[in-house]
Amino acid sequence: MKTTLVLIARRLGTAVVTLLLVSVVVFTISSLLPGDAAEETLGRNATPEAVAALRTKLGLDQPAHLRYLHWLGGLLSGNPGQSMANNLPVKDVIASRLPKSLLLAGLTTIVSVPLALLIGILSAMYRGSMLDRVLSLVTLSMVAVPEFLVATVAVLVFAVNLRWLPALTIVPENATLGEFLSAYAMPVMTLCFVIVAQMARMTRAAMIDQIGQPYVEMAILKGVRPARAVLTHVLPNAVGPIVNAVALSLSYLLGGAIIVETIFNYPGIASLMVDAVTSRDMPLLQACAMIFCLAYLLLVLVADICAILGNPRLRNQ
Amino acid sequence: MSNGRPATVAVSRRDALGTMVGAGFVAMAGGAIAQPVAAETPKRGGRIRVAGMSSSTADTLDPARGSLSTDYTRHYMLYSGLTQYDEHLKPQLALAESIETRDRVLWTIKLRKDVSFHDGSSLTASDVVYSLMRHKIPAMASKAATIATQFQEAKAVGPLEVQIQLIGPNADLPSILAASHFLVVKDGTVDFQTANGTGPYICKDFKPGVRTVATRNANYWKSGRPYLDEIELIGIPDEVSRVNALLSGDVQLIIAINPRSIRRIRSIQGFVVQETPSGLYTNLIMRQDAEPTSDPNFVLAMKHLFDRDLIQKAVFRGFATIANDHPIPPSNPYYLQDLPVRTYDPDRAKFLLQKAGLLNVRLPMYASPAAEESVDIGSVLQEAAANIGLTLAVNRVPADGYWSNHWMKHPLSFGNTNPRPTADLIFGQFYKSDAPWNESGWKNAQFDQLLLAARGEADEVKRKQMYGDMQLLVHEYCGVGLPVFISLMDAHDQRLKGYGSIPLGGLMGYMFAEHVWLDS
Repeated sequence: MKTTLVLIARRLGTAVVTLLLVSVVVFTISSLLPGDAAEETLGRNATPEAVAALRTKLGLDQPAHLRYLHWLGGLLSGNPGQSMANNLPVKDVIASRLPKSLLLAGLTTIVSVPLALLIGILSAMYRGSMLDRVLSLVTLSMVAVPEFLVATVAVLVFAVNLRWLPALTIVPENATLGEFLSAYAMPVMTLCFVIVAQMARMTRAAMIDQIGQPYVEMAILKGVRPARAVLTHVLPNAVGPIVNAVALSLSYLLGGAIIVETIFNYPGIASLMVDAVTSRDMPLLQACAMIFCLAYLLLVLVADICAILGNPRLRNQ
Repeated sequence: MSNGRPATVAVSRRDALGTMVGAGFVAMAGGAIAQPVAAETPKRGGRIRVAGMSSSTADTLDPARGSLSTDYTRHYMLYSGLTQYDEHLKPQLALAESIETRDRVLWTIKLRKDVSFHDGSSLTASDVVYSLMRHKIPAMASKAATIATQFQEAKAVGPLEVQIQLIGPNADLPSILAASHFLVVKDGTVDFQTANGTGPYICKDFKPGVRTVATRNANYWKSGRPYLDEIELIGIPDEVSRVNALLSGDVQLIIAINPRSIRRIRSIQGFVVQETPSGLYTNLIMRQDAEPTSDPNFVLAMKHLFDRDLIQKAVFRGFATIANDHPIPPSNPYYLQDLPVRTYDPDRAKFLLQKAGLLNVRLPMYASPAAEESVDIGSVLQEAAANIGLTLAVNRVPADGYWSNHWMKHPLSFGNTNPRPTADLIFGQFYKSDAPWNESGWKNAQFDQLLLAARGEADEVKRKQMYGDMQLLVHEYCGVGLPVFISLMDAHDQRLKGYGSIPLGGLMGYMFAEHVWLDS
């Protein structure tokens, strides 16, 4: 148990340093982009006087390092600043988008993880069989098809031709469960297409690696049924690589959902970040980058903890 | 009563009598065919969802900062202007009850009585003064700041009377006032978290980059209007998704469909495609301060290399109007009919290039998705040039940053200009020698003189003559090649009625909100 706590503490320490580094990198790279928020806001109307006035108003006339420190100071005191594009507090903008992204990611997780584990375990148990080959073929083709194609074809079939599902993911207020599910069906399916394959392949590989070990053979020889051998003996030992693969796949669901957000017009945080880059909205961009980075670090941390807790040998070290 | 714009004043009487604007349209058009607006009796009620083509965190409720079509649409939904455009882009009186001037410099505007803002307060002269003069404050970041430099002063001379003093005569002031940037906001408003306007719909929910929901304004100053209970405006930047959303019934009205999608929409029952021939254009810019594009022979050769018919048919599938290397579309009353359209003439182009000694050179040409279809137009031009020995390389650059980094910055690049309501605005903003958007950087003193003279000219016949001369000058000498005017294409559910064309932009010139109704 102590090891786990030490691990968590150490990870949180590195997380802070990583976030700081990421914020510096994002700030530097995005200031290399041509144009700033004032020029983007004014667009083709950017006369020198108007740009100068707006820069002063937005604080862009300050040197870059001062702007960064100002932003950092704000963040540490709990205020990530005002969005430059629309003058709303960044907090509010994020608060209206992040829950949507988390909801989509959550639903996709609920569907994809069990599905991937099932596919992975089944194909490991029946390695080399017809079932294994069919599942491999299916998962590999799923990951090979680009998601915009999956999404567009799904919209054409289910929304335009059959009219079963809406083409846009807009959930009305006080929606019924049916409305809710039909709104999310296609985006969740599209995202599953992308991430299930990877998780299933990793699960299969990790399981097969363990199934070949002598302790499994021993268990089978002692009369344990194959299903039980796999679930109680093999799975806990394979859980480390599996949860890591799951964490990596899930980290894709926040930032990588941009195509799904675009096609289904879903107001998530990935499209928010694209907006922030386009309008050179530095406070918003930084906030999004921090969230993506934090989510990634958290997922990896959770994966490690799961790996330790799931494996008795690691747990008691 | 002035002798400047008698037509405007005549309609002011009509409007003051409470005639609906629909009737005003007919009276104004002088016998022209009216919109299908009056064909059936509009029904009240219903809710629609409308998809614009852009949506981002930069969405705004401030009319002065509106920069994209979705912004303009939102603003016309929530605010009213002193005047508003009809289907011929002529200004009709709106919040103004009368607009009078003697010299086209000093204008007196009387406001309607009993107009109230969404918060219940009454419209007064000070609101109008504020709404006009705030564009001159740089920190407001107004998109109309350049136009507003024409306002010397605006002041309230009575509770419902405003006087505007211009820096010079401009007969087009009523047109300028109908632009979305000059929609009337409450005096002193600086925080646009919500909208307090006098428009047909009231802002219920506004989330930048997500949606705008507006409900019917029961106290709208045009009695009986608007018809719908609620409009939800969203942005779907991806054209395919936008069309799919319409076809699946998730939205009832969409802007800017690609000519390639039209057959698909028409093949399905229940949808209507609305074509609006407009003044929108994508043009080739030949900088007059760079080599070799400053050579007049080169400029003329390039204009002759445009196969206008091919561009119209192949690039726009026929949904475009042939243009004649100047920015005035054939639908404009000032269009110069007598000027023959420049023909596709590779032999003449070759001769001109030979004369300039520019055959067998290689020139980069910057195109981008930011300038509508410029990549395809560039390819057609490239092909035509290759046939006579001129190598044009189409450099396709990303839309992001195109306007600040490439537009007007290379000897050859493409521009894209939205329709403007008047000839004066388009000439003044894009062709005057000292205009910031003088794309080719051409300088023509005669053109500048004509432009200023036309602004102050009271006699319509003389004015038309002047605009004709200006078109001729641009057609002959300006470093801008302008092959076609692009039609605006919208599509809607056929149960949506009252929909027409106002050639300022898509979605009925962004003003559909008060005109449409739902036939359920």
